[in-house]
Amino acid sequence: MAAEAPDTTRPAPPEPIEAVPVRHPGRWIATAVIAVLAAMFVHMLVTNPVFQWDFMLDNMFTPAVLRGAQTTLIMTVLAMVLGVVLGIVLAVMRLSPNPVVSGTAWTYIWFFRAIPRIVLLFFCANLGAMYGTYELGIPFDQQLMGWLGLSGDLRFLGLDGNQIFAGFTAGLLGLVLSEGAYMAEIVRAGIQSVDPGQVEAANALGMSRGKAMRRIVLPQAMRVIIPPTGNETIAMLKDTSLLIAVPVTTELNFQLRAIGSRTFQIIPMAVASILWYLALSSLLMVGQHFLERRFSRGFGTRETKAQRAARQAREIGNTK
Amino acid sequence: MSDGAQPMVRAEGVRKSFGQVEVLKGIDLDVQSGEVVCVIGPSGSGKSTFLRCINHLEQVTAGRLWVNGHLVGYRERGGKLYELRDKEVSAQRRDIGMVFQRFNLFPHMTALENVMEAPVQVKGVRKADARRRGIELLERVGLAERVHNYPNQLSGGQQQRVAIARALAMEPSLMLFDEPTSALDPELVGEVLDVMRGLAQSGMTMVVVTHEMGFAREVGDKLVFMDDGVVVEVGDPRQVLGDPQHVRTRAFLSKVL
Repeated sequence: MAAEAPDTTRPAPPEPIEAVPVRHPGRWIATAVIAVLAAMFVHMLVTNPVFQWDFMLDNMFTPAVLRGAQTTLIMTVLAMVLGVVLGIVLAVMRLSPNPVVSGTAWTYIWFFRAIPRIVLLFFCANLGAMYGTYELGIPFDQQLMGWLGLSGDLRFLGLDGNQIFAGFTAGLLGLVLSEGAYMAEIVRAGIQSVDPGQVEAANALGMSRGKAMRRIVLPQAMRVIIPPTGNETIAMLKDTSLLIAVPVTTELNFQLRAIGSRTFQIIPMAVASILWYLALSSLLMVGQHFLERRFSRGFGTRETKAQRAARQAREIGNTK
Repeated sequence: MSDGAQPMVRAEGVRKSFGQVEVLKGIDLDVQSGEVVCVIGPSGSGKSTFLRCINHLEQVTAGRLWVNGHLVGYRERGGKLYELRDKEVSAQRRDIGMVFQRFNLFPHMTALENVMEAPVQVKGVRKADARRRGIELLERVGLAERVHNYPNQLSGGQQQRVAIARALAMEPSLMLFDEPTSALDPELVGEVLDVMRGLAQSGMTMVVVTHEMGFAREVGDKLVFMDDGVVVEVGDPRQVLGDPQHVRTRAFLSKVL
């Protein structure tokens, strides 16, 4: 030994441990049970004639259905974008030191969170019945003109109520009003999760309150805001099927169900609906993943592009 | 302010209450241009609150506070005080840099972006110029290698040095330090104090709330001992630390030295 190893001062490294690992029979039982259940499920899908797979595949990509999917996606994206904007405005109002402003936001959230979306959509669809035309102008203009001894009114723009509050716009309005209330609470939680020291540091550098909110607080709040907003987006995708209350008939679920009831193939088209929503929400999850990565900057241990470049430059420099 | 040289900071009877609790009970203090003033005292003595009043992070409840001859947070006209607007307060703060105990770097920005942010967003400096100046400042605090790191990839001492560079980027005429080394591991304190010493030697006016008596003795031009909301003793640091005149100063120093 000593002849082989000239360095006798260092003790031999300890032998690697070879022990019998703990057995986990429970895991094997669970795996077997799940395998049997999965096999039964697949067997049912293949053998039960009610599924009519060929019929489903033939009918789930018709032009009307594809247009429906398009309407559903556009509605989801628009309702979420406007809902998030409304939510940010409401959240900032809610955190305002002015009690009237924050009370208004509180009342809005209280009211619109209480109403089921399908009820709100039905109401929005019938706003045309409240006024024939919706006009934009100076408030109380007729009274005002009366006091001044003039006749006429001060209105710049008139729109036919039955035209605006029909179909797509009515549906969008209902979904945005409702979503704004939920998003307001999510954004508020996000803003409040940011360390108050951040605002102090921004103020100490001479940033105004608005700038500190935009540049420092909101970007950090996004990290907290995005995951629940992803939930909201997927919920919104599914809630577009409530547009039947308006009604918006170009929407995805309505189109698939129409085929089902016309041909009496209810189950195949219901399955087609499931698969469509699964595919669309998976698509949205991909978007969420990239958004999360963008706004987690400075919170993980990931190397940034610039850092990688700097490190590589150093390494090249070292090898020279 | 009848004397020829206008002090950088002048406090006259400054009081501050939070609800029923009076934290500052009448502070009188002058800081001359180019002076390094260290403020020591037990916790709860009001030294941090006083520092935060200087850049209006806290609003004083009585007394007057001037920075560079401008009343902080108010405008005085015809014997009446008018509160300044958010924008005007922001403009006053541009001239005053502040370094916090807990650094308060912006975690979603790299070190360089932290330093560039205020010049670009507040002063409207062109990005290329702000970048050049930012790299210069980070070199000055010894972080040339770390410009693209995010704060969570830096040690506490490095973060605090970035915070100093960030404050310097606005080219302030006065720097406030609120216990800048209190949140640091002992072996990291030295690197931050070194940067501050260099800054003092370059002629920067500094007000430093600290527990580092060695720094106060060596770098400070003036030492202020505060206790229970009042200034108990002011003087040359070596003299105050070596031969405190007041019994409360003696009691405090016997505990910390």
